[in-house]
Amino acid sequence: MLTRDRASDIFGRIRRFSSADEVEAIFTGSRFALTRFANNTIHQNVEEENSIVSIRTNFAGRTARATANQFDDESLRRAVTASENLARVQAPDPDLLPMPTATEAEGRTGESPVPTRFFDQTAVITPADRAEVVKGIVSVAGKHKLTTAGIYSTSESREGIFNSRGLANWHQQTLAEVSITMLGEDSSGWQKLNSPDVRDLDPVRMAETAAQKAVESAHPREITAGKYTVILEPAAVLDIVGFMFWDYSGVAILDQRSFLNDRIGTQLFGENINICDDVTHPLQAGSPFDGEGMRRQRVQLVENGVVKRVVYARATAQKMKNSEYAGKVGPIEATGHGFPLPNEIGEMPMNIVFGAPEKPQSVEQMIASTERGVLVTRLWYIREVDPYEKIVTGMTRDGTFLVENGNVQCGLRNFRFNQSLISVLKNVEAMIAPVRASGEESFDMVVPAMKVKEFNFTEATKF
Amino acid sequence: MKAVAQLALDAASVRGVTYADARVVTIRNRSLSTKNGRVGHASESESLGLGVRVIAEGAWGFAASADLSRAAVEAAAARSVEIARASAHVKKEDVRLAPEPAAVAEWTTPYKVDPFTTSVEQNFELLLKVDAEIRAVAGVTLAETGMNFQREESWFLSSEGARIHQTKYSTGAGYTAYAFAGSEIQKRSYPNSFGGQWQNRGYELIEEMKLVENARRVAEEAVALHHADQCPEGTATIILDSSQLGLQIHESIGHPIELDRVLGMEANFAGTSFLTLEKLGHLRYGSELVNVVADARQEHGPGLGTFAYDDEGVAAQSTPIITNGRFTGYLSSRETAHTIGATRSGGTLRAEGWNRLPMIRMTNVSILPREKPLSLEQLIAATDDGIYMETNKSWSIDDKRYNFQFGCEIAWEIKNGKQVRMLKNPSYSGITTEFWNSMDAICSRDEWTLWGTPNCGKGQPQQVVGTGHGASPARFRNIRVGSAYRGS
Repeated sequence: MLTRDRASDIFGRIRRFSSADEVEAIFTGSRFALTRFANNTIHQNVEEENSIVSIRTNFAGRTARATANQFDDESLRRAVTASENLARVQAPDPDLLPMPTATEAEGRTGESPVPTRFFDQTAVITPADRAEVVKGIVSVAGKHKLTTAGIYSTSESREGIFNSRGLANWHQQTLAEVSITMLGEDSSGWQKLNSPDVRDLDPVRMAETAAQKAVESAHPREITAGKYTVILEPAAVLDIVGFMFWDYSGVAILDQRSFLNDRIGTQLFGENINICDDVTHPLQAGSPFDGEGMRRQRVQLVENGVVKRVVYARATAQKMKNSEYAGKVGPIEATGHGFPLPNEIGEMPMNIVFGAPEKPQSVEQMIASTERGVLVTRLWYIREVDPYEKIVTGMTRDGTFLVENGNVQCGLRNFRFNQSLISVLKNVEAMIAPVRASGEESFDMVVPAMKVKEFNFTEATKF
Repeated sequence: MKAVAQLALDAASVRGVTYADARVVTIRNRSLSTKNGRVGHASESESLGLGVRVIAEGAWGFAASADLSRAAVEAAAARSVEIARASAHVKKEDVRLAPEPAAVAEWTTPYKVDPFTTSVEQNFELLLKVDAEIRAVAGVTLAETGMNFQREESWFLSSEGARIHQTKYSTGAGYTAYAFAGSEIQKRSYPNSFGGQWQNRGYELIEEMKLVENARRVAEEAVALHHADQCPEGTATIILDSSQLGLQIHESIGHPIELDRVLGMEANFAGTSFLTLEKLGHLRYGSELVNVVADARQEHGPGLGTFAYDDEGVAAQSTPIITNGRFTGYLSSRETAHTIGATRSGGTLRAEGWNRLPMIRMTNVSILPREKPLSLEQLIAATDDGIYMETNKSWSIDDKRYNFQFGCEIAWEIKNGKQVRMLKNPSYSGITTEFWNSMDAICSRDEWTLWGTPNCGKGQPQQVVGTGHGASPARFRNIRVGSAYRGS
């Protein structure tokens, strides 16, 4: 496994091989294992170990990147040469900045430290340990006469960035993840969770919840598509709202491809919506620095439903200050959210934390207060239909229920929705206290379950 | 590299496996893009490593390592066996592999110009020329172009004696013009959206695409969409261009015929399939005009699903998937072939790279063109009332592959055989078998293009591979249109 000392040695050799004005190396290394099961049996079971160095060279306003996963001198020389050859042929980019120094990368003072995200208990998990957990999940399926499919994965990873101006950052993390689908004859249920600390996960309890959903949604009814009050469980919330965070980016505003163009500072969402990006949050994961090594800052994106600002890489912030948008987009500063350079998309907040509601409700309370609505476990195959009104389409999946008179009545055939995200966040009637959630359509977030009125289902499918 | 693979096989064999294969793969990529007259990104990458797949105690294990030292290779092989033995703790029956002759072969993608011999200056010069053409059109607010090359060399050895060395090249390029005005963002792409056109060819593909020649028209259409009428909502006859039909095939035929999905192996992530086993040979999938094959052979064309051998050493084949409208075949592997009574795998197992387990993937899943000549122009002329849609903008389908909805970048209303007005935000939706049964015309070979879909995701951990889809423009009756904007 890659260590900081070894990465530092490799970077020293890269510097010697390079004739560029500046050089940067991003290291990623991981040991990743995943046990996959279906039809109540382990059918795929894999493990890999890999380390990558991605080398960026700068020549007076020109920059490019080359990546290798072999660290002998010949491979490193070849990668350095490839990076330099790609950079040299370009016209200078007046917006390209010198690489950050360690002092500049540290950013403003007062940021909270990132909690420990490496746990030996996760790192030492073996194939036999994972098989034992799967056996427990399969046993729950057997108890309920269901079939189960899913994964149990564990990993340890390293991430580092070094540059020739003295910056040297290093982060290590573990992650354990369990995802379970329970299948009945004509129904299904699903649960997924992950955490740096494997002790946070209770696979058997997750299996029981997924099984309960499969059992309770058996023999689903079809009801007419239309606008319904929905109760979106946390995974459904993160998967749908995740589609808007690409637009909370300075580059997206400058490119005029953000739904926030001409909308920053306006009351876009309901007053109960508060969203920040905070890598230090105890329920978050990931490294505390961005693709240039800049410290990720806590940024309040939405306050009482008003979009206050977006995030910036260093060069984007400089460009925004000199643009026609300065003065219309809130505070402009490098926030430590940039992707590795060079890139077209600039930056993005990826440690989203929704603010806790003043009066949190449980999902059970949301159900109890609903005269007629739909309880949604999970959303699937979400794609953007309209980039400015932020209409997205997708399907419900693995546990969709009719709620009537304060009770879950039965399972429903799955719906297609076509729904504006702006309207979703205008129409939130209740929330639970936010939790760490994981889905398949977006990145992990700290989000609440939400009760949303007038959610737009446009068609039903056949199951 | 062959010696590395052999070392892994030997190390696995002494640990009591009943089957083992080893793949050493090296992949080189070049990825270039521009945005509004400047370099967007410029990168090259190389990745080299080994994947060892074994069956021990009747169960699978797989381990991969980038370290190709003797100790690391032997450790990876030992680890794959340890993993297989762990898998065996939760199994119902032993893995059964359909027999396959052990091939000894060398194969390289036919190409005229190795894309990596072209200079980066030459690549950027072309992209920036396209970019300038796009931005010369008033109203364009963003111009993006991109070009990608990949060379993948692999050595596959199996404990059954297979020794296969393959080198595959793929090339892709395309661009998009965006226009933001008022409260709308419109875009047009060429020759296809989401990365353009991709094939297993050399740089000659780029030279044939007429990228510069089409840039101004495409940009003008992006701007003109702001003045177009909204696509109506209701039921209509639609004609789809070949690129959109290619994606329609990918989503509503290609994925549901994956036998691992059908058997429930993908239930937790990609989903299952409505094409349960009893439907083989019986289901009326489409109209009599619908003939679809899954063809990985070079003679089908240079698609992203073209190869000589798949990643478990099975020779490329052509499988009839839909024959005169009837469902006739699945995509299968050595492990799954017996479930449909086949004596041999269909040869569709592929992995994203050395560090991923091969799994059933689409090859080139293509609809066959009509034999008698029929051009798109003639098809439109033969349509009294309809909507012609071009270039995908959004796509979504449920986890059994029944209900789908597609949005396209642009459409034109057809009245009395003529395109009478441009329509913006076109979309259509339906149920897979109802849709394919409504096809009443398809254009002939001269309108047929083998499109590349470079971004097909599947599996856990997710693997992204390229697939091919040949299609001609086709017409469909009584299709729901405009529902993407219904009620919003």
